[in-house]
Amino acid sequence: MTPSLRLRAAIVSIVLLAAFLGIWHLATRSTAPVATMSPEYAKLMGLTATQGKSAMPGPLDVGAKLWEHFKRPFYDNGPNDKGLGIQLAYSIARVGTGYLLAVLVAIPLGFLIGMSPLLSKALDPFIQVLKPISPLAWMPLALYTIKDSSVSAIFVIFICSIWPMLLNTVFGVASVRKEWINVARTLEVGTVRRAFTVILPAAAPTILTGMRISIGIAWLVIVAAEMLVGGTGIGYFVWNEWNNLSITNVIIAILLIGIVGMLLDQILARFTRMVTFPE
Amino acid sequence: MSTFDDPFDADRNLRSGCVCGRHRSASEHEQAALRCEPVESVEKRYEGVVASAVMRTMFPQDAARRAFLKSVGASTALAAVSQFFPLKTATEVFAETGSPEKKDLKVGFIPITCATPIIMAAPMGFYAKHGLNVEVVKTAGWAVIRDKTINKEYDAAHMLAPMPIAISLGLGANAIPFAVPAIENINGQGIVLATKHKDKRDPKDWKGLKFAIPFDYSMHNYLLRYYLAEHGLDPDTDVQLRSVPPPEMVANLRADNIDGFLAPDNICQRAIYDGVGFMHLLSKEIWDGHPCCSFAASREFITSAPNSFAALTRAIVDATAYASKAENRKQIAEAIAPANYINAPVTVLEQVLTGTYADGLGGVKTDAKRVDFDPFPWQSFAVWMLTQMKRWGQIKGEVDYKAVAEQVYLATDTGKLMTEMGLAPPASPYKSFAVMGKTFDPAKPDEYVASFKIRKQS
Repeated sequence: MTPSLRLRAAIVSIVLLAAFLGIWHLATRSTAPVATMSPEYAKLMGLTATQGKSAMPGPLDVGAKLWEHFKRPFYDNGPNDKGLGIQLAYSIARVGTGYLLAVLVAIPLGFLIGMSPLLSKALDPFIQVLKPISPLAWMPLALYTIKDSSVSAIFVIFICSIWPMLLNTVFGVASVRKEWINVARTLEVGTVRRAFTVILPAAAPTILTGMRISIGIAWLVIVAAEMLVGGTGIGYFVWNEWNNLSITNVIIAILLIGIVGMLLDQILARFTRMVTFPE
Repeated sequence: MSTFDDPFDADRNLRSGCVCGRHRSASEHEQAALRCEPVESVEKRYEGVVASAVMRTMFPQDAARRAFLKSVGASTALAAVSQFFPLKTATEVFAETGSPEKKDLKVGFIPITCATPIIMAAPMGFYAKHGLNVEVVKTAGWAVIRDKTINKEYDAAHMLAPMPIAISLGLGANAIPFAVPAIENINGQGIVLATKHKDKRDPKDWKGLKFAIPFDYSMHNYLLRYYLAEHGLDPDTDVQLRSVPPPEMVANLRADNIDGFLAPDNICQRAIYDGVGFMHLLSKEIWDGHPCCSFAASREFITSAPNSFAALTRAIVDATAYASKAENRKQIAEAIAPANYINAPVTVLEQVLTGTYADGLGGVKTDAKRVDFDPFPWQSFAVWMLTQMKRWGQIKGEVDYKAVAEQVYLATDTGKLMTEMGLAPPASPYKSFAVMGKTFDPAKPDEYVASFKIRKQS
């Protein structure tokens, strides 16, 4: 990318953002007509009813609230009310645990399956059936059998993020170019050595692509899981604020979920670039 | 003389006595057996027990005690002894039953005003007062709170009044014996309709509408069905009933996905506060004094930690008694409104708890009993719920109404605790009441079920 292109892209991005914020502001500023009511009655009602204020917050409301959260991200008012920083840390820790467990299982298993055409054909239908199951569908089953909600949340992340990694590992290992394996064979390289020095480097980009898809899924799952299980985490924060019909806080949470998801994806993208090789 | 007698009576012997402890000898007891009256209150009796113990320690020789009392008089002696030995404190310590086996407890709740006693007991110190360190944990929905309590993540929890019965019977879950030591609140629900239906106040015009209820095993479900059926609508065929978690009800009403709901409060008032609905009817007008939510624990917890359970029940009963007083309601609304607890505007909670509320149609109404608090777990409530479970086909086959009610609703134990706390529990755990003018006799549940024209045919 040439510098001028980068600059132009940045300008277009900023213009788009400004346009979006502007439309948002205009759309939520308008007030609906309100019925006249006695002051005594009005005192008991919310702003939507008394002033016809839009139920949707504008960008300024969200900005002000966001600043409030940034000023004290780590407060702790008891088990049901913690700062956004703490909530995000809980979510990231859960995602990290579930995801690492998935990596530890998926990659060795994928290797074994990929090296054996028989196994890879035999297990394929199971993987295909298990892959599209939603995290919310796993949750009741996990809660019922594991009998611990925080372990259940981690299990759900594990079970949802394992499939793309497994499939990509299998695919990567199975599609290593035959010539390279044959060369290794001619040189009488042992199976273990062949796996680590020939197949692993050759399959690494595909495996990492699978890992990158998986981290995205893990982050998608955590919000749903925490909304259900509750207690801590960014998903719980969304649920708790929804409970209070505080759309402002829900929008802030959406924004933060997006940013953290992007960062996680970027980290994996960097790793992928490190192992990519030109053919 | 024994533990329950007056140690400041010079004419009494502290060492020997009769079986009941109120006579000097066994023979005297025999003669007076019929006149033997109980001590006025448990507290008085404890005071006697403690004082006896103190006097016995001070005067190992009974003759010396009598001589001392004769020379100074009983009241002076009592005052003198109280001077250097705090009889009151000693009595209080004695009255506390064994110390709790487990002090750090977790109690789950759903953020609605029904949970008021459970929630307020944390910030207002009722748990601490009874020697417990309780963490109240907000939970996402009724099914989750059920699973977490069954999984022992929670020691006890806030449940809809029929839930412990359903769990004990194995409806919608594995059968696990649960028990209810206290009712959280009575009344405190309402039927809210979307503002566009403000001219459709007659339930006969409600054919085809969609209503939300919080859970299948809820008083809300049974009351809404009862109300609709009394107006000639079959709730299974004429309207749609959907199980929707309370917080989602307001959003769904705004989005026009439902036409109304019978929900627990602060949700009803919240819909009005946000200008999306109006209060059609308070549940109080269907059945004044109906139970709504309960405080529940598994039998396993009760047997493994009986003292913790007793202390927990005492804290809840104590908090409920405090909440039942109208003058405390404003203070409670402020205590439970923060994000850590219910997470709702204080105005909304105040309107629910004080009973002076906006009805959503431009009027301000007052009903001090809109929500009320009375912990006693009437077994007749449980019998009524069972009749409705039967009526709507949740229970198939025969039910032993009384046995289930007595197993789940711990009226006797709670009655005992309430007496110990100086409260007056009712004499019988069964009472008759009227639902929309129709009297319910807990002794004849089967006849009651059969008397309804609209019910699920089994």
